[in-house]
Amino acid sequence: MSETITKKMMLFFPTCECEKPIIYHLVKDYNLIVNVFRAKVTPAEEGYLVLDVTGKPEDIENAMAFVKTFNVTINETGKGLTWDRERCTHCGHCLTHCPTGALYIADERTREVAFDEEKCIECMACIPVCPYGACASAF
Amino acid sequence: MSVTGRDCSVKTYAEINRKIESGKAVVLTADEIMDYVDRKGLASAAREVDVVTTATFGPMCSSGCVLNFGHSTPKIRMSEAWIEDVLVYTGLAAVDVYLGATQLRHADSANMYYPGEFRYGGGHVIEDLVAGKRLQLFALSYGTDEYPRRELRTYFTIHDLNQAVMVNPRNCYQNYNVAVNETERRIYTYMGCLEPNCGNANYCSAGQLSPLLNDPLYETIGVGTRVWLAGARGHVYAEGTQHAADCARTQAGVPMEGAGTLALTADMKAMRPEFVRGVSLQGYGVSLGLGVGIPIPILNEQVLKRTCVRDRDIFAPVVDYGKDYPNKTGRVILSVSYEQLRRGEIEIGGRKVPVGSLSSYRKALEVANLLADEIRRGDFLVAEPLARLPSKGAMKSLEIRPERK
Repeated sequence: MSETITKKMMLFFPTCECEKPIIYHLVKDYNLIVNVFRAKVTPAEEGYLVLDVTGKPEDIENAMAFVKTFNVTINETGKGLTWDRERCTHCGHCLTHCPTGALYIADERTREVAFDEEKCIECMACIPVCPYGACASAF
Repeated sequence: MSVTGRDCSVKTYAEINRKIESGKAVVLTADEIMDYVDRKGLASAAREVDVVTTATFGPMCSSGCVLNFGHSTPKIRMSEAWIEDVLVYTGLAAVDVYLGATQLRHADSANMYYPGEFRYGGGHVIEDLVAGKRLQLFALSYGTDEYPRRELRTYFTIHDLNQAVMVNPRNCYQNYNVAVNETERRIYTYMGCLEPNCGNANYCSAGQLSPLLNDPLYETIGVGTRVWLAGARGHVYAEGTQHAADCARTQAGVPMEGAGTLALTADMKAMRPEFVRGVSLQGYGVSLGLGVGIPIPILNEQVLKRTCVRDRDIFAPVVDYGKDYPNKTGRVILSVSYEQLRRGEIEIGGRKVPVGSLSSYRKALEVANLLADEIRRGDFLVAEPLARLPSKGAMKSLEIRPERK
């Protein structure tokens, strides 16, 4: 029996898929534990969903194959909250506002700031506090 | 405390420059020099090391630039002008303007819908100029006999200008407050977003790498000192505004509050965009993040010793920006060292307070290393000051007088 793993991802639902209870099926049919961080339906009826899924790797794989039948885009790298390495000046203003330590000091000597996407819960606290506009939301 | 160093002269400015020109100068950053001196001993290190580079990167609100557009046909004497809808000062000659870093964009709602976002303003225009972007100029005039044009709208880049010279009345504050908020609501300040009941603390200094903390008594940095301003070669043109040397200092002469400042200038056409960055401070306004590097010529042991200052020897005052700062009470909650601040947590009244920063040590290090490389290559000489910065003087307050008499 394989161990369970957790994957963070962003799903993009093109027009008209918003009314289908896809997440319900992830839980019911694929035994996944779902933790939704952020969801949004735009006026154009497109949907964005950022979530963690926990389950057996093969269940996750099958579930993703199921999700793809709805023309849903699965993004496992770029999440809803983005940190622009080039725009970041490593000032450290964000550090006390990030509740999970996703934005953190990667090197004590140089005080270089880095972003751990896996730790980000998409609370978006960093977006208004970054003086250099380094943090942004994809939706 | 005496401001003159002990008479233990090792090198002159001319000797140091000859070594730089021959490509043999020994240059270390203010981040490296302490360990080097610990290893070599002060006397031998003072003979060996020619220059220690210092640097800082952070928001510097008192920054701006003088631009000359050249003349259109027919000519205009600009009486009001905007670049990318940001108002510039036109109370100068016909096509000279001054663009200030904190100027808001026309029709910015500022804090009308508190806290304002302040996405774009003077600092961002300066960033875009240095980045070589094409920007819009809109100008109005009342029209005169020799300058008949009354309106113009055009697009330009920094390369189209005759001059683009940064003229910053105040940069490189010697030391700075650590901001906290003792009130019960979140506040938005130039020191960042401050959570209620001292929920966080923000500082803004490069500490042991910062120029005037490595020359606390202004022994080498003075009017005329050559500086590295965002990659361009510039100089100190005057004491900075609010320069006030009188303050509490440690035994080594290191100020425990603001103290000295520098007025800097350099050709903006030679600047590097990664060190000239527009700043948006929620609820406060816009500013300019700037990278500055200053070489300290190691004239003698005393000068070298001062560059060996460490974060643990530098103290900053923790100040309440909720009530004390706006009401100018002068109360300091406590003093903390930069070593404590850099650990990411300080203790106030027995409670642990997480610490953030507005100043980038990472970028300051980058500047100090770039400047050190330029000096090693023989591309950047040190300049002997034309005049010392004032070693005395306190900051005056503005008295509100109800009547003229």
